[in-house]
Amino acid sequence: MSVKSTAAGDSPAKGRGRTTTRGTAAKRRAGEPGLVQLLTPQGERVEHPDYAIDVTPEELRGLYRDMVLTRRFDAEAITLQRQGELGLWASLLGQEAAQIGSGRATRPDDYVFPTYREHGVAWTRDVDPLNLLGMFRGVNHGGWDPNENNFQLYTIVIGSQTLHATGYAMGVAKDGADAAVIAYFGDGASSQGDVAEAFTFAAVYNAPVVFFCQNNQWAISEPTEKQSRVPIYQRAAGFGFPGVRVDGNDVLAVLAVTRAALEHARSGQGPMLVEAFTYRMGAHTTTDDPTRYRSDEEREEWASKDPIARLRTYLEREGIAGEAFYAEVEAESDALAKRVREGVRNMPNPGTMAIFENVYADGSSLVDEERAQFVEYMSSFESGDVATAGTGH
Amino acid sequence: MSPDSTSNTTYREELREAMREALARDERVFLMGEDVGRYGGAFGVSLGLIDQFGPDRVRDTPLSESAFVGAGIGAAIAGMRPIVEIMTVNFSLLALDQILNNAATLLHMSGGQVAVPLVIRMTTGAGRRLAAQHSHSLEGWYAHIPGIRVLAPATLEDARYMLASALADPDPVLIFEHGSLYNLSGQLDTGCGPVDLDTAAIRRPGNDVSLITHGGSLGKTLQAADRLAEEGIDAEVIDLRTLRPLDDTTILGSVRRTHRAVVIDEGWRTAGLSAEVATRIAEQGFYDLDAPVERVCGAEVPTPYAAQLEEAALPQTDGIAAAARRTVG
Ligand SMILES: Cc1ncc(C[n+]2csc(CCOP(=O)(O)OP(=O)(O)O)c2C)c(N)n1
Ligand SMILES: [Mg+2]
Repeated sequence: MSVKSTAAGDSPAKGRGRTTTRGTAAKRRAGEPGLVQLLTPQGERVEHPDYAIDVTPEELRGLYRDMVLTRRFDAEAITLQRQGELGLWASLLGQEAAQIGSGRATRPDDYVFPTYREHGVAWTRDVDPLNLLGMFRGVNHGGWDPNENNFQLYTIVIGSQTLHATGYAMGVAKDGADAAVIAYFGDGASSQGDVAEAFTFAAVYNAPVVFFCQNNQWAISEPTEKQSRVPIYQRAAGFGFPGVRVDGNDVLAVLAVTRAALEHARSGQGPMLVEAFTYRMGAHTTTDDPTRYRSDEEREEWASKDPIARLRTYLEREGIAGEAFYAEVEAESDALAKRVREGVRNMPNPGTMAIFENVYADGSSLVDEERAQFVEYMSSFESGDVATAGTGH
Repeated sequence: MSPDSTSNTTYREELREAMREALARDERVFLMGEDVGRYGGAFGVSLGLIDQFGPDRVRDTPLSESAFVGAGIGAAIAGMRPIVEIMTVNFSLLALDQILNNAATLLHMSGGQVAVPLVIRMTTGAGRRLAAQHSHSLEGWYAHIPGIRVLAPATLEDARYMLASALADPDPVLIFEHGSLYNLSGQLDTGCGPVDLDTAAIRRPGNDVSLITHGGSLGKTLQAADRLAEEGIDAEVIDLRTLRPLDDTTILGSVRRTHRAVVIDEGWRTAGLSAEVATRIAEQGFYDLDAPVERVCGAEVPTPYAAQLEEAALPQTDGIAAAARRTVG
């Protein structure tokens, strides 16, 4: 099998379906080379020779709804953090299409390895948003069962999940399962040895894994140029599997490309790299101040490529959704915001003895000993005020 | 000496001034790491240095700890004097092979031909609600390694003056900056530099018990000593400063006077730095002791995330004072 990396990727989707969305918008090839696009920033539907897509009007409305609700949830989380209700928040603002498009491309039996910013993907995997907030509030470590949603817990050590995903995919292949694994990572992460090693492994073992890089142009304060001299998707070629760059603010293109990539993996053709070209509109996290390192103009330019606005323009132009639909999504969004606000404020704090839990799967004499000492020490304080006592052993 | 010796300053600013001096003094010195340039470092330590020294000498690197530590080794053996900043000790684990297998052993493996005059700075410690993978205190763990020197500045003066001595050292030097110290403020004693990297410091003299600590636990230990003083217990507080090599003379000298010792270390107890200090006291000062050596360490669990759990899992003033009382009780 010869694999090559081309601007448009290795066309695993060639010949798959045709667009069925009705519409009169001029269908033309997207102008920008090296970027798969199906919906221009102006909301015009365009065709790509390698990536066609079948989406029903209902699916289109669903993608819109997903993106709006995800953005609202994200905004609510930022507010909660400002109010001191969350320790930290890593906003996905601007990356809704990259996350919803790719998340919706996965099947229930596919398996997802996220970073710390994949709130939109979590949404598509039916992870309760309150679980994400509980984690950022610091009262739990995620709370969802990764095997229920096939959505792993968040990863914060940059790049390590790409290796886990590769190993997991090797297991999937060994089981002969008809499923694929998708590993999310960032442009910054692409410099990590772990990621390069994951590429090597996945290629050598022909593992059914899609490496999904959200190139949001920044790794904290460092622009992507600091990480790579070539477009990130081109790296795949050196490892022997296809890579493709997709307009990460175009939910249709992301959906089409990710579907094709997952199918490529599922059908035994091995790994594939998808680079979703997008932008982190907000701060790296709530502790960051992006004005320290990037210009307003750059942000404005990306604002004009907003993923939600362009889909809405398209929906409106094609008459796919009317006022009633938008009002409904708005109401749903308000309800979600209210639910997360109240849910977060009412989250119980874990009991102090929780620190001794989950150190070893079957417990450990060392931990038991520490726990016992801790209880004894605590009982020496009248008030039992653990918070100020600290370890006394 | 700087004319502003009476003005308020912070630990962060003094680390920065130390780097500014080093960069200005020696062309071979340069700084590299993630976000150290325009951003000024994740903790703001190098803020503004890129404006003064340019992107060649204050380098933003690709996001790869193994690469920039390894490249630092290469630059050091080529005659440069790199300062590598690893955002936090947690991510130094991705560069462990470069630190332990390479930097620490090259001199030996080359029969004395290849010295590695590399300085690696990193943030260490917990207490900032960043969960287990961002809260390690591994300086004691690094102190296990022959071939490197391990420093833990805990005062403004050490923040300012340890770097120059570290750069002058022909071997790799690891500097651990506890995250809780960056905002430590006060007045710099400009009369004390340059500082040695060999001795521990007595931060508070006392006669009844020796409280031995370093880095982020120094403040809590001094507070505990104040509290003990109110109860009539006169505690001596020792700041180890250099974790490798340990200054046995100062540690044992103190214990011989007080006859009691408490070792405070945010790191884990088992096979940790506290074990090493306590063992040295047992080996060299056993007959001087009037009570068993006590230890106050981080709970032996991954550092918890929730604020009150994290606090409970770390050494705190009450726990330190309680341990000291047990030794005199
Ligand atoms: C191994 C490691 N090194 C450094 C960090 C600190 N850090 C957290 S996020 C980040 C930038 C990641 O950038 P990118 O991969 O582009 O993802 P993004 O944040 O843009 O989603 C860094 C350096 C870390 N978490 N892990
Ligand atoms: Mg990024």
